[in-house]
Amino acid sequence: MTHILTLALRRLLTTIPALVIILIALFLLLQLAPGDTVDALLAQIGGAESSVIDEMRHQYELDQSTSSRLINYLWRLVHLDLGQSAIYNKPVSHMILERLPATLLLMVCAMFLAFTFGTILGILSAQKVNRWQDTLISILGLIFYSTPSFWLALMGIVFFSIYLNWLPPSGFGSIGESLTGISAFFDIAWYLILPTTTLALVYLAIYLRIMRASLLEVSTLDFVKTSKAKGLSSRQILVNHILRNAMLPMITLIGLQAGTMLGGSVVIETIFAIPGLGRLAYDSVVQRDLNTLLGVVFVSAILVIIINFIVDMLYAKLDPRITGH
Amino acid sequence: MAILKDYFRSPIARIGTILLLLIIIIALSADWFFPGNPLRLAGRPLQWPFTNPKFILGTDQAGRNIAAQLFHGAKVSLIIGLISTFIAIIIGVVIGAISGFYGRWVDDILMRLTEAFQILPNFLLLLVAVAVFGSTINIVVIAIGVVSWPPVARLTRAEFLSLRNREFVQAGKTIGMSSTRLMFKEILPNALPPVIMYASVILSTAILMESALAFLSLSDPNISSWGNLVGNGRLVLRQQWYVSAIPGIAILLTVLSASLVGQGINDALNPRLKKR
Repeated sequence: MTHILTLALRRLLTTIPALVIILIALFLLLQLAPGDTVDALLAQIGGAESSVIDEMRHQYELDQSTSSRLINYLWRLVHLDLGQSAIYNKPVSHMILERLPATLLLMVCAMFLAFTFGTILGILSAQKVNRWQDTLISILGLIFYSTPSFWLALMGIVFFSIYLNWLPPSGFGSIGESLTGISAFFDIAWYLILPTTTLALVYLAIYLRIMRASLLEVSTLDFVKTSKAKGLSSRQILVNHILRNAMLPMITLIGLQAGTMLGGSVVIETIFAIPGLGRLAYDSVVQRDLNTLLGVVFVSAILVIIINFIVDMLYAKLDPRITGH
Repeated sequence: MAILKDYFRSPIARIGTILLLLIIIIALSADWFFPGNPLRLAGRPLQWPFTNPKFILGTDQAGRNIAAQLFHGAKVSLIIGLISTFIAIIIGVVIGAISGFYGRWVDDILMRLTEAFQILPNFLLLLVAVAVFGSTINIVVIAIGVVSWPPVARLTRAEFLSLRNREFVQAGKTIGMSSTRLMFKEILPNALPPVIMYASVILSTAILMESALAFLSLSDPNISSWGNLVGNGRLVLRQQWYVSAIPGIAILLTVLSASLVGQGINDALNPRLKKR
C-alpha cells in the first residue's frame, strides 16, 4: 500500500508544473479581459468620484505592477482565496463550495452508470463478436456517441416529463417539502434520473467500445489459452483472468474523461436547473463575472487532478507490476 | 488504390461516406434552394412540419423557415468543424513534432504545457475564451481549435519518438538536411496516418462543442447554427417540440457520418484489427 501511495504522490508532484502554467494562463486571461473588477463594480453602483475610484483600485491592488499582482494572485490561490464575485458579492470560494456537491453527485452517478452499462454491453458485444448482437450494440454505441447531450436532454424532457409525466423536467429535489433521510434520498434520485442518463450516454458509448476492444485483445493472449488448456470454464476465465486485464484501459479512461464530463455538466446543469458548478460557470459567463468563472475553472482543474490521483491508486491496485513487485 | 478498395468494402464506411456526401450536398445547395438570409421572417410562426408546402419542416416561433436554417446550418457546422479541426491539427502536429524530435528539455516544457491543457476541461476553457474575447464566429472557431490540440500533440510526439532514430532519418542527418526539413518533409509524412484518423474524432467533438455553445446562446447569434435552433426551440418545447427535435437530428447525423468515415479509414488502414 505504501508503494502505491508513494507512486501516486510522485505522479501528483509531476502535475505541479502544469498547474502553475494553468494559474499563470488564468491570470493573463484576466488581464486581457476588457475592464477590471473596479470597472464592474462601478458599473453596478453607477459610477463614483475619481478619488473613490483610486481608493478602490488601491484596495484591489490594481495600481501595482503586473508581476507583483501575479505573485499576489498565485499566493491567494494557494490559500484557496479565489477573490470576490463581482455579481453575487460573496467570496467565490464559498459559492463554489455550495455548488460542488451537486456537480460531484451528478458526475459520480453518470460515471457509474456509463461504466457499469458500458462494461456489460462491451462484454455482450465481445462474446457475440461479428454476430447481429455485436452489430446492434455497436450501432447503438455509435448513435449514443453522436447524439448531442443537450438535445437528448430536451427530448427526454418532452417524452418522460411532458408526454408521459413520469419524471420531473427540472430541479434538484422537491421544493417546499422538507424531506429527510431515505425519502430525501429517493426524492433527489428521482430528479437525477434524466440528467444522469443524458450526461452518461456519450461515455457509455466510449466505455462499451474500449471494453469490447480490450476484451478481444486480451482473449488472444497466451495466458488465456493456458487457462483453457487447464480446463477452466469460459466463465471462470472471463471473470478471473480476462476482465481484470481488460479493466485497466477502462480505469485510465475515467481519469481522461473527468474533464470532458465537467464540461458536459455545464450544459446538463443549465437545462435541468441543477445548482452545480457547471450552472455557476454558465451564469458567470452570461453575467461577465470573470473572477467566478476563473475560480470554477481552477477548482475543476484541481478536481481533475484529484480524480486522476484516485485513478492512479486504483490502477496500481489492479496491476501490481506498476508498483514494482 | 488498395486502401480505397479496402475502405469501401466495409458497410460502415459506405454508409458514412454516403451520409457525409449528402450533408455536403445539402450545405452546398443551401444558397440555391434557400437564397437570402435564413434568419429572416418567412411566414406565420409555429407551423408544424408537413402542414404547409412552402415550409416543409415548419417554422419556428419567430416565423423563420426551419428547412432554410437547417440547410444553411449544415454549411456553418461543416465549416466550423473543418476549420477548427485544421487549427487543432496544425498546433498539435507542430508541438508534437518539435517535442518528439528535439526531446530533452524542449520535450519537458512542451509536454507540461500539453498536460496543462489536458487538465483544464475543454468546454470550460471555451467558456472562458468566449467570456474574455466575445462570441463572434471567428473567436469561437479559433477557441475550439485551441482547446482540441493536446491529443494530436501526444499522437504526433509518440510517432516522432519512434521514427526519429530510423535509418532514413539518420541518413538525412548525415547528408546535412536541416532539422525543419527532416521534421516536416521526411518524418511527418510517415507520422500522419494516425493523426488523420484522429481528425474525425476532433471534427465530431468540434461540431458538438459549437452546437452546445450555440445552444447555450453563447455562440454567434447572427449565424444560422443548428445549436442556436435547438436552443430557440427550447422556449416552445412543451407544445412545438419539433423546433428543437429537427436540428438535433441534423447534428446527430453529421457527427455520426464523421465517426463512421473515421472508423472506416481506421479499419482500412489497420486490416489486422478487422479480421479478429
